[in-house]
Amino acid sequence: MSDQSEPIVRYTAPERANHWMVAILFILAALGGLSLFHPYFFWLSNLFGSGTWTRILHPFIGTLMFLSFLGLTGRFWAHNRITAADRQWMSQMGDVLNKRRDRLPEVGRYNAGQKYLFWVMVATMILLLISGILFWQPWFAPYFPIGLIRVAVVVHALSAFVLIMGIIVHIYAAIWTKGSISAMTRGTVTAAWAKHHHPGWYREVSKEVKQ
Amino acid sequence: MASLAPTFGRGAMTNHWVDIKNANVIVVMGGNAAEAHPCGFKWVTEAKAHNKATFIVIDPRFTRSAAMADLYAPIRTGTDIAFLGGVINYLLSHDKIQHEYVKTYTNAALIVNEGYHFEDGLFSGYDEAGRKYDRSTWTCEMGPDGYAKTDETLQHPRCVLNLMKQHYARYTPEAVSNITGTSKEQFLKICEILATTSVPNRTTTFMYALGWTQHSVGSQMIRTAACVQLLLGNIGMPGGGINALRGHSNIQGLTDLGLLSNLLTGYLTLPGEKETDYHAYIDKRTMKPLRPNQFNYWSNYPKFHVSLMKSWWGDKATKENNWCYDYLPKLDVEYDILRQFELMHQGKMNGYFCQGFNPLAALPNKKKLTDGLSKLKFLVVIDPLATDTSCFWENHGEYNDVDPSKIMTEVIRLPSSCFAELDGSLTNSGRWLQWHWAGQEPPGDAKNDNEIMAGIFITLRELYRKEGGAFPDPILNLTWPYKIPHAPSPEELAMEYNGKALEDLADPKDPTKVILKKGLQLDGYGQLKDDGSTACGCWLFSGSYTEKGNMMARRDNSDPSGLGNTLNWAFSWPANRRIMYNRASCDPSGKPWDPNRRLIWWDGEKWTGADVPDFKPDSPPSEGMNPFIMHPEGVARLFALDKMVEGPFPEHYEPFETPIGTNPLHPKVVSNPAARVFKGDMEQFGKASAFPYAGTTYRLTEHFHYWTKHTELSSILQPQQFVEIGEELAKEKGIKAGDMVKVSSNRGHIKAKAVVTKRIKPLQADGKTIHHVGVPIHWGFKGIAKPGYLANTLTPVVGDANSQTPEFKSFLVNIEKV
Amino acid sequence: MALQSLDVIRRSATTTASPHQRETAEVAKLIDVSKCIGCKACQVACMEWNDVRDEIGTNVGVYDNPPDLSGASWTVMRYSEVETDRGLEWLIRKDGCMHCADPGCLKACPAPGAIIQYGNGIVDFHQENCIGCGYCITGCPFNIPRISKKDSKVYKCTLCSDRVAVGLEPACIKSCPTGALVFGTKEDMKHHAEGRIKDLNERGFKNAGLYDPPGVNGTHVMYVLQHADKPEIYHGLARNPSISAWVSIWKGATKPIASWLLGIAALAGFVHYITVGPNEVEKEEKE
Repeated sequence: MSDQSEPIVRYTAPERANHWMVAILFILAALGGLSLFHPYFFWLSNLFGSGTWTRILHPFIGTLMFLSFLGLTGRFWAHNRITAADRQWMSQMGDVLNKRRDRLPEVGRYNAGQKYLFWVMVATMILLLISGILFWQPWFAPYFPIGLIRVAVVVHALSAFVLIMGIIVHIYAAIWTKGSISAMTRGTVTAAWAKHHHPGWYREVSKEVKQ
Repeated sequence: MASLAPTFGRGAMTNHWVDIKNANVIVVMGGNAAEAHPCGFKWVTEAKAHNKATFIVIDPRFTRSAAMADLYAPIRTGTDIAFLGGVINYLLSHDKIQHEYVKTYTNAALIVNEGYHFEDGLFSGYDEAGRKYDRSTWTCEMGPDGYAKTDETLQHPRCVLNLMKQHYARYTPEAVSNITGTSKEQFLKICEILATTSVPNRTTTFMYALGWTQHSVGSQMIRTAACVQLLLGNIGMPGGGINALRGHSNIQGLTDLGLLSNLLTGYLTLPGEKETDYHAYIDKRTMKPLRPNQFNYWSNYPKFHVSLMKSWWGDKATKENNWCYDYLPKLDVEYDILRQFELMHQGKMNGYFCQGFNPLAALPNKKKLTDGLSKLKFLVVIDPLATDTSCFWENHGEYNDVDPSKIMTEVIRLPSSCFAELDGSLTNSGRWLQWHWAGQEPPGDAKNDNEIMAGIFITLRELYRKEGGAFPDPILNLTWPYKIPHAPSPEELAMEYNGKALEDLADPKDPTKVILKKGLQLDGYGQLKDDGSTACGCWLFSGSYTEKGNMMARRDNSDPSGLGNTLNWAFSWPANRRIMYNRASCDPSGKPWDPNRRLIWWDGEKWTGADVPDFKPDSPPSEGMNPFIMHPEGVARLFALDKMVEGPFPEHYEPFETPIGTNPLHPKVVSNPAARVFKGDMEQFGKASAFPYAGTTYRLTEHFHYWTKHTELSSILQPQQFVEIGEELAKEKGIKAGDMVKVSSNRGHIKAKAVVTKRIKPLQADGKTIHHVGVPIHWGFKGIAKPGYLANTLTPVVGDANSQTPEFKSFLVNIEKV
Repeated sequence: MALQSLDVIRRSATTTASPHQRETAEVAKLIDVSKCIGCKACQVACMEWNDVRDEIGTNVGVYDNPPDLSGASWTVMRYSEVETDRGLEWLIRKDGCMHCADPGCLKACPAPGAIIQYGNGIVDFHQENCIGCGYCITGCPFNIPRISKKDSKVYKCTLCSDRVAVGLEPACIKSCPTGALVFGTKEDMKHHAEGRIKDLNERGFKNAGLYDPPGVNGTHVMYVLQHADKPEIYHGLARNPSISAWVSIWKGATKPIASWLLGIAALAGFVHYITVGPNEVEKEEKE
């Protein structure tokens, strides 16, 4: 058994910085995007100065977000391979939400929910970038046929919806699962937290420490 | 103009713009009214919408007008006489003429001089060396009573109608199709439609413009249409007529005021150099009646002439000095514009005044023009714009490749106001003098033309006064009564043209009564005298500025008859008549031919109606006076007598540059035998072997001549020079729409963008496939539109034999992709 | 330009009622293609009245110039050379905003008040509210609005709403020399069109008709076409235009539903937190 009082490193400083960069850019992109998504949210454009500024900034913010996210993707790609156990885990969402951990398969570094979310983010980010470029005024839109642009705006809006939904789940999961936020702010978790939420990962980490 | 006067008596559009709405059939041929006269074209759409008119367009290109037509027929450029001659043949051989009209109102019954004949393309009296005719046999046979002989039964073999039948018998539908390239079916279809208007209550109107005048046989093209209209009984009728559409807003005014080199105002003529005797001059022009009881209005020539001389030289013009007849220049030859540049080119003309005119762009063969201008000592250009002519000496690369260091001509530019910057009248195609008011002051140092000319005159007069000279009298004695001598006002000039009484004028019927006090404005030219008691600057304009005020400024558009004869809108010469020869709208008994279009009629005492009668107002029908009052015989001329240079009947001659190289009617006489060609220009004609395509120049609705390349809006609408070719030719030459192409003639080349179109189709003529190349004219090296070549780099120097209007519509070119 | 009156019936990106005190008659511009000679006087009148100038371009091998609509060209002539059963026809169509009763541009616009529709049917862009996103372009079934290169705002024909507001006809109507352009109440224009169609029928245009497409609930710019059965021969005039299904999906019910779903998701988290409580490592485990 390892020393329980010793904190375990879950995220390195560069990983944390990268995450928060994506997070901030996402918030900005989402606020800007939402303001153009529906009149309910148009007031959000004031955060950027005006509707016009929102229109100007949003594509740049989005592109930066995509590029930052590329970094995260590289870092976490390997950790997010879906396994048979993950599929089992997903099918028992009721047990997950009601914290009946004992009934669930053992969780590694990431649980299946986290993994799926990762892949959803990868997919939506790519779709957002491509569709966004297609109707980016005034730079690129004039070069594409109107039919394609019409599809692009729908794809963009749908992808954004899915992404935002995912992020809501992501944020709530972080709030709900105590100890997660400090993992991303401070970089470490307690051994108890690790053993509790990610026992598979905890075993691996402790093995490494022993050796 | 050179054809309408010999045919009807006056050289202008017979009807007027609004009247076109009354037509049943409208033919646009030799013009493109929708393109060049979009505002006037409204009356075509009115006729279609409200009169169920059939609209026909005949043109080498499917034009903007053709886009509106019920029936379009293509025609090879320059072959309109063949087409219309074929129509004459059709009407005569199918008996589709309005018999009573033709018999009574035309010279169909006139018996022609025995010596007259036509053979192998030549009329009697041809002098091959001089390229001109002795026209003494083109006259009528005179009877012992001193009047021309007629045969009212129309049986005499030499009566005009029979000679006409004989002349046009050669113009069979097959021959027409072979020459014009129009299919026989289309030609006959058009004949049939035109023939429907030979009945008294249906009319055709013809609308033409430069598409007829700019040919070496232009005047005769117009005359052929005039003959068609006479056979159909359509002259003088509302909704009929031959409508000459003038391109410039005031070009009708230009000819009315005698700005051509052989004219005085109101179509009075300058004497020739042999006419040194005043009385002989006057006698020759004072027409004697050729038939009994005719009005013979030109018998008033002395009144018009003397009043003009009184207007110019006032008290100095006296009966004793023949009203200053000696002051008038006597012409050795006509100094038309083509001759002017020929003389310049020969180094015989050293100074040139160019007022509101851009000859470098407007006349043929740019190279010859540039050479001519380069030989001048001085060139004065009076214009609102920096015209191409005023900058002919500037090098503009390929567009004007000259060497300024080699050109010694001193160019003086006097900036003038444009039409919107001064008051005055414009005379439209329909002969309406419409007053307009300045919209703004001219910019910078620009002055209006009156002021510029007055300044030059006063300075010149001062020089004559100080230094004398060979003959100072005409200058020193000229009347100059203007309040501000260096700036005569438009109103003063207008009043001068209208004329005034110099003495109290007595009533001719009761000499004890004074009808007009000394010094008052005349009511009309009916008051003019040949005894020096009236002055009138232009008899045709008399009535336009009377004691009642400026008639040209009237703006009452009420139209009680519904025929569009708004007698209280502006002033229409002559005498505010709207439709000329309107007596011919009634049958000989004085009843309108068409009860639904009653223009004028005899009410038992006088002529009255919706128009000012073009007739002696109190001459009852029983008197037998005929409607064409300007002619001494009182009738219109199917046979033009000796009034036309190349023959009394129009005959088809090929353009000087013909793509078929022959004339299928008479291969020995290909082109107009009486057209003047200067030495050196003949050699510059190209042959179909080197230049196989029929080139033709024209205007676009987006631009006005060479002016609007200086204005932003027009330049936005058509920014860059282009030429138009058909899809077939484009394919043959590997040219795609938007490619840069080079069009060359024997005189030079231009480069322009290619517009490839379905609207120009190859035609079959004389066994050959003829492709047209369309060359819009509007670009040049000055202005804000994209620089281009002056289109007249390509065109040949030969003019219509009567008017010397250059042959811009038919010439030969080659085309290749750059 | 703003029509300063209280008869706005629709306003882009606005979920509350628009000021609409006054009832005005529906107006329409009728373009009689069979009378149009393509003189471009309307293009000039448009540039002059609105005081905009396109650039002096180049010839691209056709009569059409400027070759397309732009921020400064709100109407252009489209020339089509077509072989029909009557032979060659040169069909010249004045292209520009159709002022749809159901305007796709307004539907797509995310900026409140950038596009408004007046009671008289005019659909107007208020460029001061425009953010330059170009969504209206995707919304338009006629491909009309153009983003200006100068200021990245979208421009199109206003139907001279400023002139119409004070009782004048649009500038293009005033300039048309042949009467191909007429303006009045939509009802009168339909009536006028009937007469024109009858004339065309008599001249052998069996399929002449009025173009007032129902797919956008009719338009306030209508055409009289010689061949109403083949609108596409008029330089690709849409046969049955309607707002694209993609735009309807995007701007229809989906958006409010999606917005609500996002809110519900957040709320669900909150409720879950309150009811189930946080997912904490239990004390005994920690120890």
